[in-house]
Amino acid sequence: MNFSKGHELLDLCKEHNKKIYEIMIEREKIISGTTEEEIKAAMRESLEIMKASVNKGLTENIKSVSGLIGGAAKKLEDRREKVRQPVCGSIMSKAISRSMAVLEVNAAMGKIVAAPTAGSSGIIPGTLITLAEEFNIDDERLIEGLITASAVGMIISKNATVAGAEGGCQAETGSAAAMAAAVTVELMGGSPEASLHAAAMCIKNILGLVCDPIAGLVESPCENRNALGAANALISAEIALAGVTSLIPFDEVVDTMYKVGRSLPMELRETALGGLADTPTGRRLKEEIFGNKKESR
Amino acid sequence: MKDFSMFDIVGPNMIGPSSSHTAGACRIGKVAYKISGGDIKKVTFLLHGSFGKTYKGHGTDKAILGGILGFDPDDEKIKFSFDLAKKQGLDFEFIEEDLGDVHPNTAKVLIEKFDGSKIEILGSSIGGGSIVVTEINGLELEFTGEYVTLIIAHTDRPGVIAKVSAILAEYAINIAFMRVYRHNRGQNAFMIIETDDMISDEAVKSVINTENIANAYLVSIK
Repeated sequence: MNFSKGHELLDLCKEHNKKIYEIMIEREKIISGTTEEEIKAAMRESLEIMKASVNKGLTENIKSVSGLIGGAAKKLEDRREKVRQPVCGSIMSKAISRSMAVLEVNAAMGKIVAAPTAGSSGIIPGTLITLAEEFNIDDERLIEGLITASAVGMIISKNATVAGAEGGCQAETGSAAAMAAAVTVELMGGSPEASLHAAAMCIKNILGLVCDPIAGLVESPCENRNALGAANALISAEIALAGVTSLIPFDEVVDTMYKVGRSLPMELRETALGGLADTPTGRRLKEEIFGNKKESR
Repeated sequence: MKDFSMFDIVGPNMIGPSSSHTAGACRIGKVAYKISGGDIKKVTFLLHGSFGKTYKGHGTDKAILGGILGFDPDDEKIKFSFDLAKKQGLDFEFIEEDLGDVHPNTAKVLIEKFDGSKIEILGSSIGGGSIVVTEINGLELEFTGEYVTLIIAHTDRPGVIAKVSAILAEYAINIAFMRVYRHNRGQNAFMIIETDDMISDEAVKSVINTENIANAYLVSIK
Protein backbone atom coordinates (compact mmCIF):
# COMPACT_ATOMS: atom_id res chain seq x y z
CA MET A 1 0.00 0.00 0.00
CA ASN A 2 2.97 2.36 -0.41
CA PHE A 3 3.44 4.89 -3.19
CA SER A 4 5.98 7.49 -4.27
CA LYS A 5 4.36 8.97 -7.36
CA GLY A 6 1.03 10.59 -8.09
CA HIS A 7 0.17 8.03 -10.75
CA GLU A 8 0.83 5.20 -8.27
CA LEU A 9 -1.52 6.84 -5.78
CA LEU A 10 -4.23 7.16 -8.45
CA ASP A 11 -3.74 3.49 -9.43
CA LEU A 12 -4.22 2.46 -5.79
CA CYS A 13 -7.36 4.62 -5.52
CA LYS A 14 -8.76 2.95 -8.64
CA GLU A 15 -7.71 -0.58 -7.73
CA HIS A 16 -9.25 -0.44 -4.24
CA ASN A 17 -12.05 1.98 -5.11
CA LYS A 18 -10.91 4.30 -2.32
CA LYS A 19 -10.30 7.99 -1.84
CA ILE A 20 -6.83 9.46 -1.38
CA TYR A 21 -7.16 9.76 2.39
CA GLU A 22 -8.27 6.12 2.70
CA ILE A 23 -5.16 4.92 0.87
CA MET A 24 -2.99 7.21 3.02
CA ILE A 25 -4.55 5.82 6.24
CA GLU A 26 -3.86 2.23 5.13
CA ARG A 27 -0.27 3.19 4.39
CA GLU A 28 0.19 4.96 7.74
CA LYS A 29 -1.19 1.95 9.63
CA ILE A 30 1.54 -0.21 8.10
CA ILE A 31 4.53 2.12 8.44
CA SER A 32 3.76 3.41 11.95
CA GLY A 33 1.97 0.41 13.45
CA THR A 34 -0.97 2.54 14.62
CA THR A 35 -4.73 2.18 14.26
CA GLU A 36 -7.06 4.34 12.18
CA GLU A 37 -8.54 5.74 15.42
CA GLU A 38 -5.11 6.79 16.70
CA ILE A 39 -4.21 8.36 13.36
CA LYS A 40 -7.44 10.36 13.23
CA ALA A 41 -7.12 11.41 16.87
CA ALA A 42 -3.63 12.77 16.20
CA MET A 43 -4.86 14.58 13.10
CA ARG A 44 -7.76 16.01 15.12
CA GLU A 45 -5.17 17.56 17.42
CA SER A 46 -3.48 19.15 14.39
CA LEU A 47 -6.85 20.48 13.21
CA GLU A 48 -7.54 21.99 16.63
CA ILE A 49 -4.16 23.77 16.60
CA MET A 50 -4.94 25.08 13.10
CA LYS A 51 -8.33 26.41 14.21
CA ALA A 52 -6.87 28.05 17.31
CA SER A 53 -4.10 29.70 15.27
CA VAL A 54 -6.61 31.13 12.78
CA ASN A 55 -8.75 32.44 15.60
CA LYS A 56 -5.81 33.96 17.46
CA GLY A 57 -4.50 35.71 14.35
CA LEU A 58 -7.90 37.20 13.52
CA THR A 59 -8.79 38.43 16.97
CA GLU A 60 -5.63 39.25 18.93
CA ASN A 61 -3.17 42.08 18.40
CA ILE A 62 -0.32 40.08 16.95
CA LYS A 63 3.19 41.47 16.65
CA SER A 64 5.99 39.34 15.22
CA VAL A 65 9.23 38.80 17.17
CA SER A 66 11.11 41.28 14.95
CA GLY A 67 8.18 43.69 14.72
CA LEU A 68 8.13 43.51 10.90
CA ILE A 69 4.60 42.10 10.63
CA GLY A 70 1.42 41.74 12.65
CA GLY A 71 -2.18 42.89 12.55
CA ALA A 72 -2.71 42.52 8.79
CA ALA A 73 -5.09 39.56 9.08
CA LYS A 74 -7.22 41.48 11.55
CA LYS A 75 -7.34 44.46 9.19
CA LEU A 76 -8.57 42.25 6.36
CA GLU A 77 -11.20 40.70 8.58
CA ASP A 78 -12.38 44.15 9.72
CA ARG A 79 -12.61 45.35 6.12
CA ARG A 80 -14.53 42.28 5.00
CA GLU A 81 -17.05 42.78 7.79
CA LYS A 82 -17.34 46.49 7.04
CA VAL A 83 -17.69 46.51 3.26
CA ARG A 84 -19.66 43.25 3.14
CA GLN A 85 -18.59 42.75 -0.46
CA PRO A 86 -14.81 42.41 -0.65
CA VAL A 87 -13.33 42.89 -4.10
CA CYS A 88 -12.41 39.22 -4.46
CA GLY A 89 -15.57 37.84 -2.89
CA SER A 90 -16.27 36.45 0.53
CA ILE A 91 -14.64 33.02 0.20
CA MET A 92 -11.40 34.33 -1.28
CA SER A 93 -11.27 37.18 1.22
CA LYS A 94 -11.70 34.77 4.12
CA ALA A 95 -9.11 32.34 2.78
CA ILE A 96 -6.64 35.22 2.46
CA SER A 97 -7.16 36.62 5.97
CA ARG A 98 -7.19 33.19 7.62
CA SER A 99 -3.96 32.09 5.96
CA MET A 100 -2.29 35.38 6.93
CA ALA A 101 -3.58 34.99 10.49
CA VAL A 102 -1.71 31.71 10.92
CA LEU A 103 1.51 33.09 9.45
CA GLU A 104 1.35 36.01 11.89
CA VAL A 105 0.83 33.69 14.84
CA ASN A 106 3.83 31.69 13.62
CA ALA A 107 5.98 34.83 13.39
CA ALA A 108 4.94 35.81 16.92
CA MET A 109 6.14 32.49 18.39
CA GLY A 110 2.63 31.10 18.62
CA LYS A 111 1.60 27.49 18.11
CA ILE A 112 1.04 26.27 14.55
CA VAL A 113 1.15 23.11 12.48
CA ALA A 114 3.96 23.10 9.91
CA ALA A 115 2.03 22.12 6.77
CA PRO A 116 4.28 21.23 5.14
CA THR A 117 6.59 23.93 6.61
CA ALA A 118 6.25 26.72 9.16
CA GLY A 119 6.78 29.30 6.41
CA SER A 120 3.79 27.96 4.48
CA SER A 121 1.73 27.07 7.55
CA GLY A 122 -1.14 29.45 6.73
CA ILE A 123 -2.25 28.04 3.41
CA ILE A 124 -3.90 24.74 4.38
CA PRO A 125 -5.74 26.01 7.49
CA GLY A 126 -6.67 29.23 5.68
CA THR A 127 -8.25 27.31 2.83
CA LEU A 128 -9.84 24.45 4.79
CA ILE A 129 -11.29 26.48 7.62
CA THR A 130 -12.80 28.91 5.11
CA LEU A 131 -14.41 26.02 3.22
CA ALA A 132 -15.72 24.59 6.49
CA GLU A 133 -17.35 27.93 7.34
CA GLU A 134 -18.81 28.55 3.88
CA PHE A 135 -19.95 25.01 3.02
CA ASN A 136 -20.70 23.64 6.47
CA ILE A 137 -18.06 20.93 6.45
CA ASP A 138 -17.68 18.96 9.67
CA ASP A 139 -14.43 18.16 11.50
CA GLU A 140 -14.39 14.51 10.45
CA ARG A 141 -14.21 15.53 6.79
CA LEU A 142 -11.59 18.18 7.53
CA ILE A 143 -9.45 15.53 9.25
CA GLU A 144 -9.81 13.33 6.16
CA GLY A 145 -8.86 16.39 4.14
CA LEU A 146 -5.65 16.93 6.13
CA ILE A 147 -4.77 13.30 5.48
CA THR A 148 -5.32 13.80 1.74
CA ALA A 149 -3.13 16.91 1.96
CA SER A 150 -0.39 14.84 3.59
CA ALA A 151 -0.47 12.34 0.71
CA VAL A 152 0.13 15.08 -1.85
CA GLY A 153 2.83 16.68 0.29
CA MET A 154 4.53 13.34 0.76
CA ILE A 155 4.77 12.76 -3.00
CA ILE A 156 6.35 16.20 -3.38
CA SER A 157 8.76 15.55 -0.48
CA LYS A 158 9.81 12.22 -1.98
CA ASN A 159 10.35 13.48 -5.54
CA ALA A 160 11.26 17.12 -5.02
CA THR A 161 11.44 19.26 -1.87
CA VAL A 162 9.20 21.41 0.31
CA ALA A 163 12.12 23.44 1.70
CA GLY A 164 12.64 27.04 0.58
CA ALA A 165 16.39 26.65 1.14
CA GLU A 166 16.44 23.91 -1.49
CA GLY A 167 13.73 24.89 -3.96
CA GLY A 168 12.69 28.49 -3.29
CA CYS A 169 9.22 29.73 -2.35
CA GLN A 170 7.65 27.64 -5.12
CA ALA A 171 8.69 24.57 -3.11
CA GLU A 172 7.21 25.84 0.16
CA THR A 173 4.07 27.82 -0.58
CA GLY A 174 3.66 26.02 -3.92
CA SER A 175 3.55 22.65 -2.18
CA ALA A 176 1.19 23.89 0.52
CA ALA A 177 -1.12 25.32 -2.15
CA ALA A 178 -1.00 22.07 -4.12
CA MET A 179 -1.94 20.14 -0.98
CA ALA A 180 -4.78 22.56 -0.18
CA ALA A 181 -6.07 22.46 -3.76
CA ALA A 182 -6.22 18.66 -3.76
CA VAL A 183 -8.26 18.72 -0.54
CA THR A 184 -10.56 21.45 -1.85
CA VAL A 185 -11.36 19.31 -4.90
CA GLU A 186 -12.02 16.29 -2.69
CA LEU A 187 -14.26 18.21 -0.26
CA MET A 188 -16.26 19.59 -3.19
CA GLY A 189 -16.86 16.10 -4.55
CA GLY A 190 -14.12 15.89 -7.20
CA SER A 191 -12.24 12.72 -8.10
CA PRO A 192 -8.68 11.78 -7.00
CA GLU A 193 -7.56 12.52 -10.59
CA ALA A 194 -9.08 16.01 -10.41
CA SER A 195 -7.34 16.54 -7.04
CA LEU A 196 -3.94 15.91 -8.60
CA HIS A 197 -4.78 18.06 -11.63
CA ALA A 198 -5.53 20.91 -9.21
CA ALA A 199 -2.28 20.23 -7.34
CA ALA A 200 -0.33 20.30 -10.61
CA MET A 201 -1.94 23.59 -11.62
CA CYS A 202 -0.99 25.21 -8.30
CA ILE A 203 2.68 24.43 -8.75
CA LYS A 204 2.62 25.44 -12.42
CA ASN A 205 1.06 28.79 -11.47
CA ILE A 206 3.96 29.82 -9.26
CA LEU A 207 6.82 27.88 -10.85
CA GLY A 208 10.09 29.70 -10.21
CA LEU A 209 8.91 31.82 -7.29
CA VAL A 210 12.00 32.75 -5.26
CA CYS A 211 12.50 32.64 -1.49
CA ASP A 212 13.84 36.06 -0.44
CA PRO A 213 12.75 36.71 3.15
CA ILE A 214 13.60 40.12 4.55
CA ALA A 215 16.29 39.76 7.23
CA GLY A 216 16.02 36.00 6.71
CA LEU A 217 12.88 35.89 8.82
CA VAL A 218 9.70 33.92 8.09
CA GLU A 219 7.64 37.11 7.92
CA SER A 220 7.76 39.24 4.79
CA PRO A 221 7.03 38.59 1.94
CA CYS A 222 6.03 35.18 3.37
CA GLU A 223 2.78 36.42 4.85
CA ASN A 224 1.36 37.72 1.56
CA ARG A 225 2.65 34.66 -0.27
CA ASN A 226 0.60 32.53 2.09
CA ALA A 227 -2.42 34.58 1.04
CA LEU A 228 -1.41 33.98 -2.58
CA GLY A 229 -1.09 30.26 -1.85
CA ALA A 230 -4.61 30.04 -0.46
CA ALA A 231 -5.95 31.94 -3.48
CA ASN A 232 -3.92 29.73 -5.81
CA ALA A 233 -5.45 26.64 -4.19
CA LEU A 234 -9.00 27.93 -4.68
CA ILE A 235 -8.35 29.05 -8.28
CA SER A 236 -6.78 25.70 -9.23
CA ALA A 237 -9.50 23.69 -7.49
CA GLU A 238 -12.22 25.64 -9.27
CA ILE A 239 -10.57 25.01 -12.64
CA ALA A 240 -10.09 21.28 -11.94
CA LEU A 241 -13.64 20.89 -10.59
CA ALA A 242 -14.93 22.25 -13.91
CA GLY A 243 -13.31 19.23 -15.54
CA VAL A 244 -10.30 21.07 -16.90
CA THR A 245 -7.14 18.99 -16.71
CA SER A 246 -3.48 19.92 -16.42
CA LEU A 247 -1.75 19.40 -19.75
CA ILE A 248 1.44 18.40 -17.91
CA PRO A 249 0.73 15.61 -15.40
CA PHE A 250 1.28 16.15 -11.67
CA ASP A 251 4.38 13.93 -11.41
CA GLU A 252 6.12 15.75 -14.25
CA VAL A 253 5.23 19.11 -12.72
CA VAL A 254 6.73 18.02 -9.39
CA ASP A 255 9.96 16.91 -11.09
CA THR A 256 10.07 20.22 -12.95
CA MET A 257 9.56 22.21 -9.77
CA TYR A 258 12.57 20.44 -8.28
CA LYS A 259 14.74 21.11 -11.34
CA VAL A 260 13.73 24.76 -11.43
CA GLY A 261 14.43 25.04 -7.70
CA ARG A 262 17.90 23.60 -8.01
CA SER A 263 18.68 25.99 -10.85
CA LEU A 264 17.76 29.05 -8.76
CA PRO A 265 20.89 30.86 -7.60
CA MET A 266 21.77 30.38 -3.94
CA GLU A 267 20.92 34.06 -3.29
CA LEU A 268 17.26 33.32 -4.01
CA ARG A 269 16.91 30.24 -1.80
CA GLU A 270 16.24 31.48 1.74
CA THR A 271 19.70 32.94 2.28
CA ALA A 272 18.30 36.49 2.38
CA LEU A 273 21.10 37.59 0.03
CA GLY A 274 18.91 38.37 -2.97
CA GLY A 275 15.47 39.48 -4.09
CA LEU A 276 13.47 41.67 -1.70
CA ALA A 277 15.92 40.93 1.12
CA ASP A 278 18.66 42.65 -0.87
CA THR A 279 16.82 45.91 -1.51
CA PRO A 280 17.96 49.11 0.28
CA THR A 281 14.93 48.86 2.56
CA GLY A 282 15.40 45.13 3.11
CA ARG A 283 19.04 45.65 4.11
CA ARG A 284 18.14 48.53 6.43
CA LEU A 285 15.46 46.47 8.21
CA LYS A 286 17.94 43.64 8.68
CA GLU A 287 20.46 46.04 10.22
CA GLU A 288 17.81 47.40 12.57
CA ILE A 289 16.78 43.93 13.75
CA PHE A 290 20.19 42.28 14.10
CA GLY A 291 22.37 45.27 14.94
CA ASN A 292 23.37 44.05 18.41
CA LYS A 293 24.92 40.57 18.56
CA LYS A 294 25.50 39.50 22.14
CA GLU A 295 22.94 39.23 24.88
CA SER A 296 22.97 37.71 28.32
CA ARG A 297 21.10 37.86 31.53
CA MET B 1 16.07 6.77 6.55
CA LYS B 2 12.59 6.19 7.95
CA ASP B 3 9.78 6.45 5.40
CA PHE B 4 7.65 9.59 5.76
CA SER B 5 4.75 9.48 8.18
CA MET B 6 1.77 11.70 7.30
CA PHE B 7 2.68 13.67 10.44
CA ASP B 8 6.09 14.52 8.99
CA ILE B 9 4.20 16.31 6.21
CA VAL B 10 1.27 17.83 8.11
CA GLY B 11 3.40 18.57 11.14
CA PRO B 12 5.27 18.94 13.35
CA ASN B 13 2.98 20.83 15.67
CA MET B 14 5.28 23.57 16.86
CA ILE B 15 5.90 27.04 18.17
CA GLY B 16 6.95 29.30 15.29
CA PRO B 17 8.49 30.81 13.39
CA SER B 18 10.93 28.30 11.91
CA SER B 19 11.12 24.51 12.09
CA SER B 20 14.93 24.59 11.85
CA HIS B 21 15.64 27.73 13.88
CA THR B 22 12.94 27.31 16.53
CA ALA B 23 11.61 23.73 16.77
CA GLY B 24 15.01 22.14 16.06
CA ALA B 25 16.73 24.52 18.49
CA CYS B 26 14.26 23.55 21.20
CA ARG B 27 15.00 19.87 20.58
CA ILE B 28 18.77 20.44 20.91
CA GLY B 29 18.08 22.14 24.26
CA LYS B 30 15.78 19.34 25.35
CA VAL B 31 18.34 16.63 24.55
CA ALA B 32 20.97 18.59 26.50
CA TYR B 33 18.53 18.86 29.41
CA LYS B 34 17.83 15.12 29.35
CA ILE B 35 21.52 14.25 29.20
CA SER B 36 22.32 16.63 32.06
CA GLY B 37 19.63 15.10 34.24
CA GLY B 38 18.48 18.54 35.47
CA ASP B 39 19.77 20.58 38.45
CA ILE B 40 21.33 23.08 36.07
CA LYS B 41 22.98 26.18 37.54
CA LYS B 42 24.21 27.86 34.40
CA VAL B 43 23.93 27.25 30.70
CA THR B 44 25.89 28.90 27.90
CA PHE B 45 24.83 28.54 24.30
CA LEU B 46 27.45 28.96 21.59
CA LEU B 47 25.49 29.68 18.43
CA HIS B 48 27.13 29.00 15.08
CA GLY B 49 26.41 30.10 11.52
CA SER B 50 22.81 31.01 10.77
CA PHE B 51 21.91 30.28 14.41
CA GLY B 52 24.43 32.89 15.51
CA LYS B 53 23.43 35.46 12.90
CA THR B 54 19.64 35.28 13.21
CA TYR B 55 18.82 33.85 16.63
CA LYS B 56 17.01 36.93 17.88
CA GLY B 57 14.58 37.19 14.99
CA HIS B 58 13.82 33.47 14.96
CA GLY B 59 13.46 33.10 18.71
CA THR B 60 16.22 30.48 18.59
CA ASP B 61 17.39 31.77 21.98
CA LYS B 62 13.99 31.37 23.63
CA ALA B 63 13.48 27.96 22.04
CA ILE B 64 16.82 26.42 22.96
CA LEU B 65 16.53 27.78 26.51
CA GLY B 66 12.96 26.37 26.58
CA GLY B 67 14.44 22.99 25.73
CA ILE B 68 16.80 23.31 28.70
CA LEU B 69 13.70 23.96 30.84
CA GLY B 70 12.32 20.64 29.55
CA PHE B 71 9.81 22.07 27.05
CA ASP B 72 8.83 20.31 23.83
CA PRO B 73 8.81 22.26 20.51
CA ASP B 74 5.01 22.73 20.72
CA ASP B 75 4.98 24.14 24.26
CA GLU B 76 3.55 27.67 24.35
CA LYS B 77 5.72 28.45 27.39
CA ILE B 78 8.73 28.71 25.00
CA LYS B 79 7.82 32.33 24.32
CA PHE B 80 8.32 33.12 28.01
CA SER B 81 11.38 30.94 28.63
CA PHE B 82 13.67 33.88 29.57
CA ASP B 83 11.37 34.88 32.44
CA LEU B 84 10.72 31.28 33.47
CA ALA B 85 14.46 30.53 33.59
CA LYS B 86 15.11 33.67 35.68
CA LYS B 87 12.37 32.63 38.10
CA GLN B 88 14.10 29.26 38.55
CA GLY B 89 17.41 31.01 39.20
CA LEU B 90 18.93 29.55 36.06
CA ASP B 91 21.77 31.61 34.58
CA PHE B 92 21.94 31.70 30.80
CA GLU B 93 24.02 33.32 28.11
CA PHE B 94 24.06 33.36 24.31
CA ILE B 95 27.27 33.85 22.38
CA GLU B 96 27.69 33.96 18.62
CA GLU B 97 30.68 31.74 17.87
CA ASP B 98 32.38 30.07 14.92
CA LEU B 99 32.36 26.36 15.79
CA GLY B 100 34.34 25.39 12.71
CA ASP B 101 33.35 22.97 9.98
CA VAL B 102 29.85 22.11 11.19
CA HIS B 103 26.25 22.42 9.86
CA PRO B 104 25.14 26.10 9.52
CA ASN B 105 22.52 25.65 12.25
CA THR B 106 24.64 24.32 15.08
CA ALA B 107 24.79 25.03 18.80
CA LYS B 108 27.17 23.98 21.52
CA VAL B 109 25.45 23.79 24.90
CA LEU B 110 27.70 24.20 27.94
CA ILE B 111 25.97 23.14 31.12
CA GLU B 112 27.17 23.73 34.66
CA LYS B 113 25.27 21.84 37.34
CA PHE B 114 24.79 22.72 40.99
CA ASP B 115 27.04 19.79 41.98
CA GLY B 116 29.88 21.41 40.00
CA SER B 117 29.84 18.89 37.14
CA LYS B 118 29.97 20.15 33.56
CA ILE B 119 28.45 18.78 30.38
CA GLU B 120 29.03 19.84 26.76
CA ILE B 121 26.73 18.91 23.92
CA LEU B 122 27.08 19.76 20.23
CA GLY B 123 23.95 19.53 18.11
CA SER B 124 22.75 20.64 14.67
CA SER B 125 19.26 21.44 13.42
CA ILE B 126 19.16 19.77 10.01
CA GLY B 127 15.75 20.84 8.68
CA GLY B 128 12.05 20.32 9.35
CA GLY B 129 12.68 20.32 13.12
CA SER B 130 14.97 17.28 12.93
CA ILE B 131 18.27 17.38 14.78
CA VAL B 132 21.46 15.42 15.08
CA VAL B 133 23.68 15.39 18.16
CA THR B 134 27.31 14.96 17.16
CA GLU B 135 29.32 15.38 20.35
CA ILE B 136 28.91 14.80 24.08
CA ASN B 137 31.76 15.97 26.36
CA GLY B 138 34.15 16.14 23.43
CA LEU B 139 33.41 12.59 22.26
CA GLU B 140 32.22 12.42 18.65
CA LEU B 141 29.07 10.35 18.16
CA GLU B 142 25.79 10.63 16.30
CA PHE B 143 22.10 10.28 17.11
CA THR B 144 18.92 12.06 16.09
CA GLY B 145 16.42 11.45 18.87
CA GLU B 146 13.87 10.30 16.26
CA TYR B 147 13.75 6.95 18.06
CA VAL B 148 13.64 6.24 21.76
CA THR B 149 17.35 6.63 22.50
CA LEU B 150 19.30 5.25 25.42
CA ILE B 151 22.69 6.88 25.91
CA ILE B 152 24.99 4.89 28.13
CA ALA B 153 28.30 6.13 29.56
CA HIS B 154 30.47 3.13 30.36
CA THR B 155 34.04 1.92 30.68
CA ASP B 156 35.35 0.05 27.66
CA ARG B 157 35.50 -3.54 28.98
CA PRO B 158 34.62 -6.91 27.40
CA GLY B 159 31.04 -8.03 28.02
CA VAL B 160 29.47 -4.65 28.88
CA ILE B 161 27.56 -4.46 25.59
CA ALA B 162 26.30 -8.04 25.99
CA LYS B 163 24.99 -7.27 29.47
CA VAL B 164 23.09 -4.21 28.25
CA SER B 165 21.53 -6.04 25.30
CA ALA B 166 20.54 -8.87 27.65
CA ILE B 167 18.71 -6.42 29.93
CA LEU B 168 16.87 -4.88 26.96
CA ALA B 169 15.92 -8.37 25.73
CA GLU B 170 14.58 -9.19 29.18
CA TYR B 171 12.20 -6.20 28.91
CA ALA B 172 11.22 -7.23 25.34
CA ILE B 173 12.72 -4.07 23.86
CA ASN B 174 13.74 -4.31 20.20
CA ILE B 175 16.98 -2.54 19.27
CA ALA B 176 16.67 -0.72 15.94
CA PHE B 177 20.20 0.75 15.83
CA MET B 178 23.20 0.53 18.12
CA ARG B 179 26.59 2.24 18.02
CA VAL B 180 29.57 2.30 20.38
CA TYR B 181 32.10 5.12 20.74
CA ARG B 182 35.18 5.44 22.92
CA HIS B 183 38.14 7.72 23.56
CA ASN B 184 40.72 4.91 23.76
CA ARG B 185 40.79 1.20 24.56
CA GLY B 186 39.77 0.53 28.15
CA GLN B 187 38.74 4.16 28.75
CA ASN B 188 35.47 6.11 28.86
CA ALA B 189 32.99 5.08 26.19
CA PHE B 190 29.41 5.70 25.08
CA MET B 191 26.75 3.40 23.71
CA ILE B 192 23.90 4.89 21.70
CA ILE B 193 20.98 2.50 21.47
CA GLU B 194 17.89 3.42 19.44
CA THR B 195 14.85 1.23 20.03
CA ASP B 196 11.40 0.61 18.59
CA ASP B 197 9.84 0.27 22.03
CA MET B 198 9.58 2.61 25.00
CA ILE B 199 12.17 1.87 27.70
CA SER B 200 10.82 1.86 31.25
CA ASP B 201 12.56 3.63 34.17
CA GLU B 202 13.00 0.20 35.71
CA ALA B 203 14.95 -1.02 32.66
CA VAL B 204 17.12 2.12 32.69
CA LYS B 205 17.84 1.59 36.42
CA SER B 206 18.77 -2.00 35.74
CA VAL B 207 21.25 -0.80 33.09
CA ILE B 208 22.74 1.82 35.46
CA ASN B 209 23.26 -0.84 38.15
CA THR B 210 25.38 -2.95 35.81
CA GLU B 211 29.12 -3.21 36.41
CA ASN B 212 31.30 -0.78 34.37
CA ILE B 213 28.33 1.43 33.56
CA ALA B 214 28.66 4.97 34.89
CA ASN B 215 25.29 6.31 33.80
CA ALA B 216 22.41 5.96 31.36
CA TYR B 217 20.07 8.63 30.02
CA LEU B 218 16.85 8.12 28.15
CA VAL B 219 16.30 10.66 25.40
CA SER B 220 13.13 10.71 23.39
CA ILE B 221 12.09 13.94 21.77
CA LYS B 222 9.15 12.81 19.63
